[in-house]
Amino acid sequence: MKDENILLQVRNLKKYFPITRGVIFARHVGDTKAVDGVSFDIHRGETLGLVGESGCGKTTTGRTLLQLYKPTGGSVTYDGKDLMTMNARELRHMRRKLQIIFQDPYASLNPRLTVGSIVGEPLEIHHIASGKALRERVSELLYLVGLRPDFISRYPHEFSGGQRQRIGIARALALDPEFIVCDEPISALDVSIQAQVVNLLEELQEKLGLTYLFIAHDLSMVQHISDRVAVMYLGKIVELADRNALYKEPQHPYTQALLSAVPIPDPVIEEKRQRIVLEGDVPSPSSPPSGCNFHTRCRYSMPICAEKEPELVEIASGHYCACHLINQREDKA
Amino acid sequence: MTNLLEVKGLKTQFFTQNGIVRAVNGISYTLKEGECLGIVGESGSGKSVSVLSVMRLIPTPPGKIVGGEVLFKGEDLMLVPMDEMRRIRGSEIAMIFQEPMTSLNPVLTIGFQIEEALKLHQGMDNEAARERTAELLGLVGIPNAVERLDDYPHQFSGGMRQRVMIAMGLSCDPALLIADEPTTALDVTIQAQIVDLVKELRKKLGMAVIWITHDLGVIAGLAERVIVMYGGYIMEEAPVKELYGRPRHPYTIGLLGSLPRMDAPEGTKLTSVRGQPPDLVNLPAGCPFAPRCDFAGERCRQEMPPLEEIAPGHRLACWEKDKTEGMKPHER
Repeated sequence: MKDENILLQVRNLKKYFPITRGVIFARHVGDTKAVDGVSFDIHRGETLGLVGESGCGKTTTGRTLLQLYKPTGGSVTYDGKDLMTMNARELRHMRRKLQIIFQDPYASLNPRLTVGSIVGEPLEIHHIASGKALRERVSELLYLVGLRPDFISRYPHEFSGGQRQRIGIARALALDPEFIVCDEPISALDVSIQAQVVNLLEELQEKLGLTYLFIAHDLSMVQHISDRVAVMYLGKIVELADRNALYKEPQHPYTQALLSAVPIPDPVIEEKRQRIVLEGDVPSPSSPPSGCNFHTRCRYSMPICAEKEPELVEIASGHYCACHLINQREDKA
Repeated sequence: MTNLLEVKGLKTQFFTQNGIVRAVNGISYTLKEGECLGIVGESGSGKSVSVLSVMRLIPTPPGKIVGGEVLFKGEDLMLVPMDEMRRIRGSEIAMIFQEPMTSLNPVLTIGFQIEEALKLHQGMDNEAARERTAELLGLVGIPNAVERLDDYPHQFSGGMRQRVMIAMGLSCDPALLIADEPTTALDVTIQAQIVDLVKELRKKLGMAVIWITHDLGVIAGLAERVIVMYGGYIMEEAPVKELYGRPRHPYTIGLLGSLPRMDAPEGTKLTSVRGQPPDLVNLPAGCPFAPRCDFAGERCRQEMPPLEEIAPGHRLACWEKDKTEGMKPHER
């Protein structure tokens, strides 16, 4: 079965980080289940938003599907090709099409390299351009992301956070990729600059036909930029749906609580709003609760929730949710 | 109601090798007893430095409060001797910070750190202090407070640590709590918990709060009055509903327009503010926002506009204020 429209297919992706004891003879005593069986598709030209609180595994999902971390299990198929069985050479060739923009524009740019070398490095590695052609391509990329082409010989410290993030975007675009993982690209930036970068990402998507996986914890920004949204909690996807369905009619109790916690910048609305305030904190991913991960904080928790893990089922066209409450409702209907 | 805090012409600068950083450039505002004031601004707007100056916590050198008065209950804090200031900091004005991990000492128990303040400022003995500490931790919603007194900060999560900081701040019944981006490092669900806690504590204890943030969303549901800062100046100040409903400063309008809203209709474009935040060493001669402003005229580049009252409680610093009348943030 091959759907032409599906660019990336992720099935049951797992990434466990081992916990070891002992310095010389490290014994394997457990695992941090950062990503624990995640499945989703990304369609050509769309933006899939991936949201969740810190520690839920959203960044690890992004990096694991790009094979920047070696997956513990599952499969990742890009354009019909299995990324997990590729050798290093094939994978390097694939990486032209798969790029990433990092969260921290201060840590992700080498302070000793000029902007020209940073943005031009991918072109050199893949032997695509050199000399004058390389410089021309870099100027073109800088112009594309809204920077002056004469910045080419400057160093990262001469730029503000927003401008650095633009440099990071130019680097990701250098090889004409099809798919970009945007790993919290705006969370380190000031509010007025965030909108600049988001607008730029949207423009580039339109111009170059890019597909994005947009990872963020800011739910209102994810709503703004995404076509479909997946919500993660403790290494698992709890709900995945079209943006409008997810934000207007969230089904999973966690999604409902998460959305109600987001403040709306309007005092008149805030006055009337009823909040679902979750008790306690996110449990540790090295010893997740039994059954449904969320049952310890869920206000609808039932006995079955502590025993059996709910499966991600399609409850409406394109709307997936993992919750026993919904399964029960379906059974009755 | 009387004024609890009155800041007049406060000016703070940092003398560095690269030049004079003009962080706060003569700001004035008042705070009534029991009121909640929000100060909004981006990084480098001077919002943190302005309250650190009020507390006289500016590291000197390189920093220096070069001018202004800070009247707290009628007394000028700039003139009181250091030991009196230390007393005020503990018992009258409390402050909580952004990063709860770095503001707690990792090698001392939570109980010890709160008891210390009680013994020092209120002269309690060990037993009374311990009892009061457990009570405070209960008040800020830490479950099994008595058992957790002997735990260390690393045994608490981020949200719990921020609760501990609030308990510490409340330990001496302050008249004013200053919160400097207390929820920025926390997740939204935890942020909602902390905001609810502060609201509830205000109702219970009747203290005034200054809440500093870059997030216009949090402030909307919390503050009664909001100050918007940019480049070390107050740009606009208004009651909360007035500020969100009828913003007048181009910067405030730009900020509100660059926020995505979950209740916005589909296809709403974000109206970003162009350009970069100002360099505080080389502030432009006139209004610091002029280089990024769509309305800026010649006068804006020459001279900083005064902060003038345009409606009851609504103050604005803008030469081109006629042009922004009736503007909506998302309709530019």
